[in-house]
Amino acid sequence: MGQLLLLIVLFLPLVVAIGLLGVPSGRVAIHRWASLATALVTFVLSLPLYWLVDHARGDFQLLTNVTWIPSLDAGFRIGLDGMSLLLVLLTTFTMPIAIGASVGVITKREKEYYVMMLLLETAMIGVFVSLDMFLFYVFWELILIPMYFIIGIWGGQDRIYAAIKFFLYTIVGSLLMLVAIIWLGWHAQVATGHFTTDFVKLREIAPSIPLDIQRWLFAAFALSFAIKVPIFPLHTWLPDAHVQAPTAGSVILAGILLKMGTYGLIRFNLDFFPAAAIEFAPLLAVLAVIGIIYGALVAMVQPDMKKLVAYSSVSHLGFVVLGIASMTNEGIQGAIIQMVNHGLSTGMLFLCVGVLYERRHTRDIAEYGGIASVMPRFAVLFAIAMLASVGLPGLNGFVGEFLTLLGGFRSPYLDSWAYSIVAATGVIFAAVYLLWMFQRVMYGKLTNPANEGLADVRVQELWTLVPIVIVMVWIGVYPRPFLNASAKSTQAIVEKVLHYAVPQEVALDPAKTSRITETKRP
Amino acid sequence: MMHEWFLASPIVLASLAAVAALIVDALTPHSERVTYGFSIVSLILVLVAAAGTVPFNGTAFGTMIRGGGVAAVFDLIFALGGVLTIVASRPYIAARNFEHDEFYTLVLYATAGMMLIAHAQNLLITFIGIEVMSLSFYVLAGYFRQTLHSVESALKYFLLGAFATGFLAFGIALVYGATGSIEFGAIATAINKDALNFPRLLPIGIALVIVGLGFKVAVFPFHQWAPDVYDGAPTVVTGFMSTAGKAAALSAFVPLVVNVFPIAAASVQTVLALCAAATIVVGNVAAVVQRRLKRMLAYSSVAHAGYMLIGLAAGNSRGLSAVVFYAVAYLFMQLGAFVVLAMLERDAERSVELEDCSGLSTTHPALAALMALFMFSLAGIPPMAGFFGKYYLFAAAIEAGYTWLAIIGVLGSMVSVYYYIGVVVYMYFKESRDATERMRFVGPERVPLLISAALLVVLGIIPTALESLLSSFWK
Repeated sequence: MGQLLLLIVLFLPLVVAIGLLGVPSGRVAIHRWASLATALVTFVLSLPLYWLVDHARGDFQLLTNVTWIPSLDAGFRIGLDGMSLLLVLLTTFTMPIAIGASVGVITKREKEYYVMMLLLETAMIGVFVSLDMFLFYVFWELILIPMYFIIGIWGGQDRIYAAIKFFLYTIVGSLLMLVAIIWLGWHAQVATGHFTTDFVKLREIAPSIPLDIQRWLFAAFALSFAIKVPIFPLHTWLPDAHVQAPTAGSVILAGILLKMGTYGLIRFNLDFFPAAAIEFAPLLAVLAVIGIIYGALVAMVQPDMKKLVAYSSVSHLGFVVLGIASMTNEGIQGAIIQMVNHGLSTGMLFLCVGVLYERRHTRDIAEYGGIASVMPRFAVLFAIAMLASVGLPGLNGFVGEFLTLLGGFRSPYLDSWAYSIVAATGVIFAAVYLLWMFQRVMYGKLTNPANEGLADVRVQELWTLVPIVIVMVWIGVYPRPFLNASAKSTQAIVEKVLHYAVPQEVALDPAKTSRITETKRP
Repeated sequence: MMHEWFLASPIVLASLAAVAALIVDALTPHSERVTYGFSIVSLILVLVAAAGTVPFNGTAFGTMIRGGGVAAVFDLIFALGGVLTIVASRPYIAARNFEHDEFYTLVLYATAGMMLIAHAQNLLITFIGIEVMSLSFYVLAGYFRQTLHSVESALKYFLLGAFATGFLAFGIALVYGATGSIEFGAIATAINKDALNFPRLLPIGIALVIVGLGFKVAVFPFHQWAPDVYDGAPTVVTGFMSTAGKAAALSAFVPLVVNVFPIAAASVQTVLALCAAATIVVGNVAAVVQRRLKRMLAYSSVAHAGYMLIGLAAGNSRGLSAVVFYAVAYLFMQLGAFVVLAMLERDAERSVELEDCSGLSTTHPALAALMALFMFSLAGIPPMAGFFGKYYLFAAAIEAGYTWLAIIGVLGSMVSVYYYIGVVVYMYFKESRDATERMRFVGPERVPLLISAALLVVLGIIPTALESLLSSFWK
């Protein structure tokens, strides 16, 4: 039952997309409403998955395992654990909003657009549910094609440059990951006699790979994911892609695509190569902290609202990476919840920027000012999105940032408070650049005559914004359902890292060991 | 005896068809339609015969010819390539008012020659096959004899090709001198028993054979002819040469890699690996700077030869299966791309620059979508067959200990992504110069295009059937 439901959630968008290919492009209404309906149905169908996945277990559930390519043991293996459950739900939640925000906004080649959106949805869900490295890679690359077209066809002025940059950056990382995947498969052949890309089998074998090789494999995977996240200094594709993409494209990019990188870091880097992860943790944490500060500082001086939000992503995802690098329960739990939060709040910020852009066709902060007086309802929604992004307690952003910082403090692998202390200043910077932007756009006197007649949010826009607000408040006030879902799978990963940490550290540093074993005890 | 004829039936059918077409051609001039129909029907018969012999394995006519198994799969590649080429080429050459019977006859001859190479169990048969194929290609390359470009291409191909054939013949002679045989099994036995007449001649002979075959595959450093020849030849011919022709030359390597190389000299595989790496790098880097679509595809075909060479360098059963799998995928993606190119050329009545693809997605959405699919497959983006082909090749390389070669392969792929998606950029992201312009006509080319595209997707998503068949050959 659960398996079937997961399969439907995964393939429904694809099936409708293929069906829509047969509908003439002139029938715009069909394309719009069929894709919106599909995204909504997919979301509704994905909700029961929350209860079908047993939160008391840390392993994979709702498994489907179909033989695909026997000689390379690449199978169609999918399943969910608590972490991927949350990300699948985030995806299915975001897609109807993204598609809803496109109706009427996208005016050229609508057929192709909605087909691409649905294809993208299947590919993104596929990334989160794959339990086979080959399948994972197929979905991972499959995302490139629709996203490339969405940026390149429906994007802004410099869309071609941004689309090519996005495509090349991503493929550079992922092709090296491909080599690492094949190498792992071959290692399995050496170790067990069978080439395999089965995630469940590989995670048993991989941690015992000698450390010097593990480092290379870790680096190959981490490079691919770091480009996707993006971790400083690999972030330069992000501002271009985010700014040039149409609003819905930015929402998906920030909301879901970036999470694939952080998801991959937890799922593969920590789980496969715990020993290498311990070595690389300080490096990751340093880059994360640089990203937090750098992203915030650059965001502060952006004259373009969308670019500001884009750089804020770099900063916010720094917290996620810091949480992951801490490799503690708090840190990873915080990272997961922060992924969801960032998807919601940044997605909503992009939507708000889109609302303004629709009316004025400019994203220049200087063009605005005093908008709150003409668009009062919009001002409230924009403020909520902004405050959630800042991390105001009571809204969602606070929970995640707090936990990742806590993880950074407590981490036995980072072994320094400096990371969290410096990172915490990023929270202050975030308040500065977001509040300042909000003030310049929304408050003050309405000086620009072009802004005088702006209409307040339309019903369509309300429908895309209000659901996000509801979930943001929910997570802010009562995050437990979300934290509970991923608790066990996080714990499994943390314990695995710990298991590989102790024996090596014993000889090196007794003080460290006692801290590690302390963490292990509860 | 019956069994032998049965095993050899594809090659016998193809040869007879070629001869018959020639005779019909000689007796009744201007019988283009007859020859056209006859070639298609006979190649379809070859396809049926080849498909029928796939499950069997054995030699025929003494030990001259192998039949069934992997040779039959190669037959399928060549005959399918021949059929698709013939169907696609008719409107192309007709548009230039230059349709003559010999075009189809020569394609038949080339196909028969390729099949002979794949069936060879004997260096002499390999040689004959290569000559039959090459001579047909020399003429086909210069088929537009009123075009200087085409004639130049043919002449260049012929001169360099003849030179390379000399290397091959000399190499075969030295191998014969050293081992006393030209049959692959007997050569292997002689080496194994250490019963060599002139042991020092063997490595030289093998090196010369590799040079000769490497030229035909267009492996670095013997690849220089390829871009010019591919560029100058009629586009449909280039599609055929650079896919089926390349696969044929690679098929000559297969029995050598299986029987001879491993025991002859351990360094041979390393040499092949180095050649593969260099070919990938050179082909991809040179393709990046090309503005003319045909020349870009020509250089990229050099790179793809490098990818297939990875499987041969690996030399294990997975590598050999991967070579054949990639040859199948490559046939469809490259041939498909060339057919689209031929249609664009036919429409524009000149050679096509990247800019000419601008806005193709609005003027002809279906054609643009197919071309995009071929480009993504060539770039190795899943879920098209090109991706699985590469995955399979890299897996073989890593299994054989050539992890560095797999890394060079993916680095080459990164470069190739740049120029392949460049085509997509023009087709989809740039506006057409003349928005009202629509492609004037789409003829029977849609058949090869749709077949190629469908098979690329099917083989990409379900590679299992072909893959398990291939890996059963080397168990």
